[in-house]
Amino acid sequence: MNAETGQPLLTVEHLSMRFGGLFAVNDLSFAANRREITAIIGPNGAGKTTVFNCLTGFYKPTVGRLTLSPPSGARFLLERIDGFRIAKEAGVARTFQNIRLFAGMSVLENLMVAQHNRLMRASVYSLAGLLGLAGYRAAERRALDLARHWLDRMGLLAQADQTAGSLPYGLQRRLEIARAMCTEPAMLCLDEPAAGLNPRESQELSRLLLDIRGEFGIGILLIEHDMSVVMQISDHLVVLDHGALIAQGPPARVSNDPAVIRAYLGTEEDEALPPEVAGDLVAVPHSIPSAGQPPC
Amino acid sequence: MDYLLQQLINGVTLGAVYGLIAIGYTMVYGIIGMINFAHGDIYMIGAFISLIGLLLVGVLGITYVPLALLLVLVLAVLFTAVYGWAVERLAYRPLRGSVKLAPLISAIGMSIVLQNYVQLAQGARVKPLQPIIRGGFDLSSANADYHVTLSYLQIIIVLLTVALMAGFTAVIKATPLGRAQRATEQDMTMASLLGIDVDRVISTTFVIGASLAAVAGLIVTLYYGVIDFYIGFVAGIKAFTAAVLGGIGSLPGAILGGLLIGLIEALWSGYFSIEYKDVAAFGVLVMVLIFRPTGLLGKPEIEKV
Repeated sequence: MNAETGQPLLTVEHLSMRFGGLFAVNDLSFAANRREITAIIGPNGAGKTTVFNCLTGFYKPTVGRLTLSPPSGARFLLERIDGFRIAKEAGVARTFQNIRLFAGMSVLENLMVAQHNRLMRASVYSLAGLLGLAGYRAAERRALDLARHWLDRMGLLAQADQTAGSLPYGLQRRLEIARAMCTEPAMLCLDEPAAGLNPRESQELSRLLLDIRGEFGIGILLIEHDMSVVMQISDHLVVLDHGALIAQGPPARVSNDPAVIRAYLGTEEDEALPPEVAGDLVAVPHSIPSAGQPPC
Repeated sequence: MDYLLQQLINGVTLGAVYGLIAIGYTMVYGIIGMINFAHGDIYMIGAFISLIGLLLVGVLGITYVPLALLLVLVLAVLFTAVYGWAVERLAYRPLRGSVKLAPLISAIGMSIVLQNYVQLAQGARVKPLQPIIRGGFDLSSANADYHVTLSYLQIIIVLLTVALMAGFTAVIKATPLGRAQRATEQDMTMASLLGIDVDRVISTTFVIGASLAAVAGLIVTLYYGVIDFYIGFVAGIKAFTAAVLGGIGSLPGAILGGLLIGLIEALWSGYFSIEYKDVAAFGVLVMVLIFRPTGLLGKPEIEKV
């Protein structure tokens, strides 16, 4: 619950997204709070990324209401706002499964571009910037400070002037999160941030996300397949299967939920489980009944 | 030697004009990956608004030449920018996200509309204008029978062009607008996910291109003293050639390309035949495209996977 307004940060009500005859997301309702990490999990094709695409304005939902209530007291109906306003006004920032940095720009510029709107206002559409007016220079200094803060935090200071595309993979992931944070979001949506990271990097990522949650009081939505990360850091789990919600709640409870186990491990009839899915769940520290047990 | 010097001076002046127009092509291409085929006509509109502006300051009795020209320049830039904005709004924005060729065709449509509109509104005949800035330096060597002149107007043209190009290079490099333009160029969706109003960035790009074309229009009106509704076509194609020659998408490339095309034209007309100057200019383009398809300063496009 949001202490200031008594409302969750994000309320998703009856969200459905239909492509022709396929319901990618079907009547999904959940809420995500500030100062919490809400993980959306589910097998491949469950509709997780579609939820993100609806939240960030990529898709207009077929049905449903997506309400964002940041602590400022404003309320945004995300399904009605178009594209850039979701980021600019509502404060939703996002990263991608396949990293989308501005590869040709420098690392520092990637972070500066994320602060575009504040700088545009301060520079009166670049006019004051050209003339080098004091107000703009102060704003630019603040923007640089924020960028430098994140560079420092992500261990990217030495690479500030390199082009973003030349960074190694793990650093690109971090830069993408830094860039999202430079927009000073109310809600941060991370699409598989641990994909392709080694265990040590995943650990660092977990710590970073916990720090962000504590320090900035924002809500984090997380899509992640790496169950060790999910179980370790999330406060709330939302489990999707075939576009529908099958369980939600605290990780410990959800991981014991029969429907979840069925979705992940299959019913008794289909014995052959995809090894990587089974592996994910077995690695989880919380207890999950073995596949042999009757699911319900 | 004197003759060559004169051709070089003429070529650089002409090249500056091409460069100014070419920036409009290259910036729009850079940001949305499409050629704005109405850009040449935007330049023609700029020339006509300059002419109307010059008549207007004459009627108003402003006789102090620098003030009069400044007023005309501001007027031309403002009105032409509106035309540039309108072209984007009408021919490009409604078609964003449709087939890639669609906006190209609608831009050609805009070009035809603008030409015919000016033809109807202003008449099809050539509009003459008396020279306003006269005089210059005589650079000929002693006892030569050929006179090399560097007119004040040529000096103004080159200085103005250099200043504008330096200014806009600075805008692209170091202002939030320029950063947003480069970001939009690389990944439009991602830019909008960071809260950048991509539509506005693209509009601004068209407006900047049109403003520079307006400056070129004023310069040409003053320099040649004759304009008609059709000047946009050839100048547009030349400037487009300049942009491609320099490497489309690259700002310094547009300037370099403009200068080269201007010089080639002037030297060819000076030493061979005026009739075939366009053949020379486009012949160079063909050679460059064969041996350096990305243009002189262009970067090879990396296929996104």
